[in-house]
Amino acid sequence: MIDYSFIVDFLFMWIRVATPILLASLGAILCEKSGVVNLGLDGIMLISALFGVLGSAYGGNLIWGVIAGVGSALIISGIFAYFHLVLKANAVLCGTAVNTIASGLTVFALQLATGEKGSSSSLKSYTFPTVNIPFIKDIPILGDILSGHNLITYIAFLMVIVIWIFMYKTPLGLRMRAVGENPNAASSVGQNVIKIRFLAILLCGVLVGFGGMYLSMGYLSMFTRDMVAGRGFIALAACAMGQATPVGVLISSMVFAFFDGLSNILQLLQIPSEFVQMLPYVATIFGLTVYSIQKIRLQKKKSKEIQQNAIE
Amino acid sequence: MDSNKRIRIIVDITKLIITILVSCGLVTLIVLVTSSDPVNAFSSFFLGPFTSVRRIGNIVEAASPLMFTALAVIMIFSAGQFSMISEGAFFIGTLGAMMIATSVPLPAGIHPIVAILVAGAMGAAVALIPAVLKMKWQVSEVVTSLMLNYVVQFFAIYMVSYHFREISSSSLASIEFKDTSILPVIIRGTRIHLGIVLGVILCIITYFLLYRTTFGMKLRTVGNNAKFAHYSGIKVTGIMVISQVIAGALAGMGGGAEILGMYNRFKWTTSPGYGWSGIVVALLARDNPLMVPLAALFMGYLNVGANIMARNSDVSSEVVQIIQGVMILMIAAEALLKKWKQKMIVKAAKSEAGMKGDVIND
Repeated sequence: MIDYSFIVDFLFMWIRVATPILLASLGAILCEKSGVVNLGLDGIMLISALFGVLGSAYGGNLIWGVIAGVGSALIISGIFAYFHLVLKANAVLCGTAVNTIASGLTVFALQLATGEKGSSSSLKSYTFPTVNIPFIKDIPILGDILSGHNLITYIAFLMVIVIWIFMYKTPLGLRMRAVGENPNAASSVGQNVIKIRFLAILLCGVLVGFGGMYLSMGYLSMFTRDMVAGRGFIALAACAMGQATPVGVLISSMVFAFFDGLSNILQLLQIPSEFVQMLPYVATIFGLTVYSIQKIRLQKKKSKEIQQNAIE
Repeated sequence: MDSNKRIRIIVDITKLIITILVSCGLVTLIVLVTSSDPVNAFSSFFLGPFTSVRRIGNIVEAASPLMFTALAVIMIFSAGQFSMISEGAFFIGTLGAMMIATSVPLPAGIHPIVAILVAGAMGAAVALIPAVLKMKWQVSEVVTSLMLNYVVQFFAIYMVSYHFREISSSSLASIEFKDTSILPVIIRGTRIHLGIVLGVILCIITYFLLYRTTFGMKLRTVGNNAKFAHYSGIKVTGIMVISQVIAGALAGMGGGAEILGMYNRFKWTTSPGYGWSGIVVALLARDNPLMVPLAALFMGYLNVGANIMARNSDVSSEVVQIIQGVMILMIAAEALLKKWKQKMIVKAAKSEAGMKGDVIND
C-alpha cells in the first residue's frame, strides 16, 4: 500500500515539476527553429514569475496577474530581440544581459513592493486554479496521477500539440523554419528575416512567461528570490536534446524533470542535501553529452553508408 | 596611424561614453521614480565612494576579483568560445584556497602562494570539463558551463558544511584560516591587499600572451575565424581547450586571492556572481587586458556607490545588476553607431583619394 501511494505521488509530482521546463523548452523551439539562441529564457521566466504575482496582488484578480506576467515577458523579450536582431548584438551576450537584468530587477521590484528581498509572502497574490478532469478523475490510480493538476500544467501539455501544428501546418511556422534553415534563401524569396525572428522571440516569450508564472502562481503560491534556479538553461538543453521538435522536447523535458522530481524525494533521505540539489544539473550535463555522442555516431554511420553506396 | 584605426577608436570611445551616460541616466531615472529622498540617494551613489580613504579603498577592493574574472572572460571570448565558467571557476578557487589555508601548515611567505596556485589548478580543472566535452563531442559549452556553475556552487558549500565547518558558528562558516595564509594589506587604513598586485601583473601577462606571442596570435585567429585558422594549419580545438583552461586558472586564482585577502573564513552560501560582472568588465575593456584594471575600477565604483546608497537611502543595491545588464546590451550592440562609423570611413577614404588625385594632377 505504501509503495503504491508513493509511486502515485511521485508520478504526480513528476508532471508538476515538468511543467515549467516543458513550457520554456517549447518556447525555445520557436527561437531555435528560426535560428535564434535565446539564452535569456531564465531571466524571462524570473521576471514574469515576479510580475505575475505583483499584477495579481495589486490588480486584485488572476487576470491582472496574467496580463502583467505576459506583458513583462513580452517587454523583456522585445528588448532581447531588438538588441540581437536590429542592433546585431551577440545572442549569448544578449541572453546574459537579460538574465543579469532579471535577477537585479526582480529583487529590486520585490523590495519596492514588499520591503523584503527574499520572498513575496506578505503579498496576497492569486494562483492558477487546479483542474479536476471529469471521468478521468474517477479512474483509480490514473485519476490520481493525471487529474487535479494546475491549469497551466494542462495548457503546457496541450501546447505540445499546438506548437506542432503551428510549426508544421501553418504558413507562419513554415516561414520560421525556412528562416532558421537558411536565412539567405528565405530572404531571397521576399521573407523579412528580422521580422519573423522578432515574432518568434515574442511568441517564445509568452510561453516562457507562462512557465515563469507557473512557478510563482501554481507550483508555489509566492515569488521567492532566484526561484527559477536555472530551469531556463535546462529547458534550452531539453530543446537541443529534443532536436527542437515538440515531441522530442516533451520527452527530454520529462527526462530532466524526472531528476528534478527525484531530487525532491531524495531530500527526505540521509544524503547531503547539496548532492541532491546538484542532481538536475548533473543530469543535464550528462544527458546533453550522451545525446551528442549518439548524434556523432549516427552522423558517422550515415556518412559511411553514403560512401559505401557511392562505391557500389 | 591609418585613418580606419583612428575612426575605430573614436567610435569605440563614443560608444563607451554613451553606454556610461545611459547607465548613469538609468540610475537617475530609477532613483527619481522610486526614492522618497532622491538627492540623498544620488549623492550617496555618485559621491559617496569618494568621501573617505576607507571608501576609496573599498573601490579598489571591489575591483580586485573582477580583474581576474574579466581576464578569464577575455581569454575565452578571444578564442571565440562562450563558456560561462568563470563564475564556477572563481568559486571553486575560493574553496581550494580555503582548504589549503585551513588545513595545510606552511611557512608565512609560501602559504598564500601555494593556496592561490591550488585555487588556480582547481579553476582550470573545472573549466576543462565543458572545454573537453565540446572538443570531443561538440556539446554546447554554453549550457554545460552554466549547469556546471550550479554543480560547483553546491559542491563547494557541501565541502564547507560537511568537512570544514566551524561547529561553534550558527551560520555557515568554515574554520578560521591560519594566520600564515592571509594576504597582507599593502595600504594602511584600507583593506587593499596583495591580491590586487597579482591581478595587475596577470593583466600585463595576459596582454603579452594574447598580443605579443604566437600562441596569442593563433588564439585570436581561431576566435576571428575558426575555419580560416583550421586551413592555416592551427590546431583549432586544442587552442580552444587551452584558452578555457587558462581562463579557469585565472578565475580560480582570483577566487583564491579574494578569499585570502578579504576574509578569514569561507562564509558564502551562494556563488557571489563575480563571473557575471567579469563579463561586463571584459566588454568595457574592449577585450584588452591592459584596460581591465580601469574597467574593473569603474565597476567597483558602481558597486561601492550602490552599497552606500542602499545603506543611506531607500534604494536597494540591486540597481547595479540592472545597470550591468544594460551595459552588456549597449556594448554588445554591434550596429550601434555603425552608420556614423561608415560615414566617417567613407569621408576619410574620399579625402585620401582626393589627396592622391591632387598629387597625380601635379
